[in-house]
Amino acid sequence: MTAVRDLLIVGAGAAGLSAAAEARELGLDALVLDEQPEPGGQVYRSAARVAERRPADLAFLGADYARGAELVAAATGVERRQGATVWQIGPAGRDGSREVLWSEAGTARRVLARTILVASGAMERPVPVPGWTLPGVTTVGALQVALKQSGIYPAGRVVIAGSGPLPLLLAEQLRAARVPVAAILDTTPSGRTAKALPLLPAAALAAPDTLRKGLALLKARDRSGVPVWRHVRDVRAETGPDGALAEVRFRTASGDEETIAADLLALHEGVVPNPQLTRLVGAEHRWHEAQRCFHLVTDPWGETSAAGVYVGGDGGGILGARAAEASGRLAVLSAASRLGHLAETARDFRAAPWQSRLRGERALRRLLDVLYPAPDWIAEPADEAIVCRCEEITAGELRKVAGHAAGPNQAKAYLRCGMGPCQGRLCGLTVTEMIAKARGTTPAETGYYRIRAPIKPVTLDEIASLDSEGAA
Amino acid sequence: MMRFDRLSSPGRTRRISFLFEGEPVEAQDGDTVATALLAAGAGATRSTPASGSARGAYCLMGVCFECLVEIDGVPNRQGCMVPVAEGMSVRRQRGAAGVAEDM
Repeated sequence: MTAVRDLLIVGAGAAGLSAAAEARELGLDALVLDEQPEPGGQVYRSAARVAERRPADLAFLGADYARGAELVAAATGVERRQGATVWQIGPAGRDGSREVLWSEAGTARRVLARTILVASGAMERPVPVPGWTLPGVTTVGALQVALKQSGIYPAGRVVIAGSGPLPLLLAEQLRAARVPVAAILDTTPSGRTAKALPLLPAAALAAPDTLRKGLALLKARDRSGVPVWRHVRDVRAETGPDGALAEVRFRTASGDEETIAADLLALHEGVVPNPQLTRLVGAEHRWHEAQRCFHLVTDPWGETSAAGVYVGGDGGGILGARAAEASGRLAVLSAASRLGHLAETARDFRAAPWQSRLRGERALRRLLDVLYPAPDWIAEPADEAIVCRCEEITAGELRKVAGHAAGPNQAKAYLRCGMGPCQGRLCGLTVTEMIAKARGTTPAETGYYRIRAPIKPVTLDEIASLDSEGAA
Repeated sequence: MMRFDRLSSPGRTRRISFLFEGEPVEAQDGDTVATALLAAGAGATRSTPASGSARGAYCLMGVCFECLVEIDGVPNRQGCMVPVAEGMSVRRQRGAAGVAEDM
């Protein structure tokens, strides 16, 4: 007989850990599965270990990051498995529960759960510029991961190219680590500050501390002595004789071509939900114009159109880590009430402070979305730029078929784009936008790749091991 | 090739030794295979099945699959998702992984 869990939480970042804490407080039988080796997600990656073993690095990474250790501590007492990669969430059975399959240490396992919270977070938006596949080109987030996970930073000539709060934070961290940043290429289009101004009062009222920190980062960047190029376009990474990155070319605001020698290029054009699990369960998604990606359609508690499946944190739409704590908690409150563990009045009472936080973070995000929009060129890569990194399909090849592909799935059949090991994560949004453009329609109309299990590569050995394995 | 430096003294972090392409490499407890290879200046860690072009870690958070390596004889492992361990043997993944012959 397989026991049925009240709640399965996928992901142990800000949303998943907060959800686990709420589940414990409410007495739910919950299980957390997280594919990373340690809890914390990306924002709070490794925070608990860094707090314990690398106190000097914790001081370097700052007070906001230290919050991650508190979140891990608050989730103590809930069964949590790290290195557990969920690759299938099945349809709802007659009792409403779903079967979830995951791999852990080379073995596949299963669990039944009455409710599921997908808290698998965000990923950085694909930035298909020529040369983005070269060794030496990473995301800005990857350098953050390296700092948190291992306390390492690039020691050569770094070029940061992108837009948004994360490149500002990285620039400040590299300055503090005395890394010689060769240039910051700010790709934010011109005129955004003026456009964002009307949204400033509401954001300042809701999140004054965050705004103050952001302004401090901007000031620090502009006073750091690092050359900052604004409104940059047409970034491309060029290779040297060893096949790795050698220089970065770009077009300045006045239209001139510039070249900078570089050992490492870090790209960033914002973050987008990691859509694999919510797509897998067939939940309804909706195109979000301001964030230029698909969001989940949910009720006010985060329940998706797939009954009993909730989404919390940035996997549902980008609102940031503080909001993720709130949306994770709210989803569990609704799940507990649905399961009969919590009266609606108690649910609403506990929910109030989190709903208030969520409102504030939304006001802040409306400002950030206007300040740092995904640039239009993201949907118009140069012909020679690789769109699908795995199968090495270029924008030029995609452009040839985009006009008569009914959608991303047909493009996949034509070209194999999206069929490599990353399963479309790094090309999905680009393919959707390019097809929409070629057909003169919208990304909403164009849709996205159909995502099927297993959402991460699994060996046949692992699948075969399911029969002999007990349930968790 | 790009080098990465450590932020501070190791604190209470243990040193670990593993093999990359048969050569001993120093790492720290808590590193993933991918961050340990960055710290070691390993550069490109795989070549693609499609064209054989060189690739290195791109996202370091499990989504891009660019850091695929062979670990203790098992191909197609995401280096950024695997904690480095004492004595581990890591090799570059060249092109497509073959199917084991004893199957």
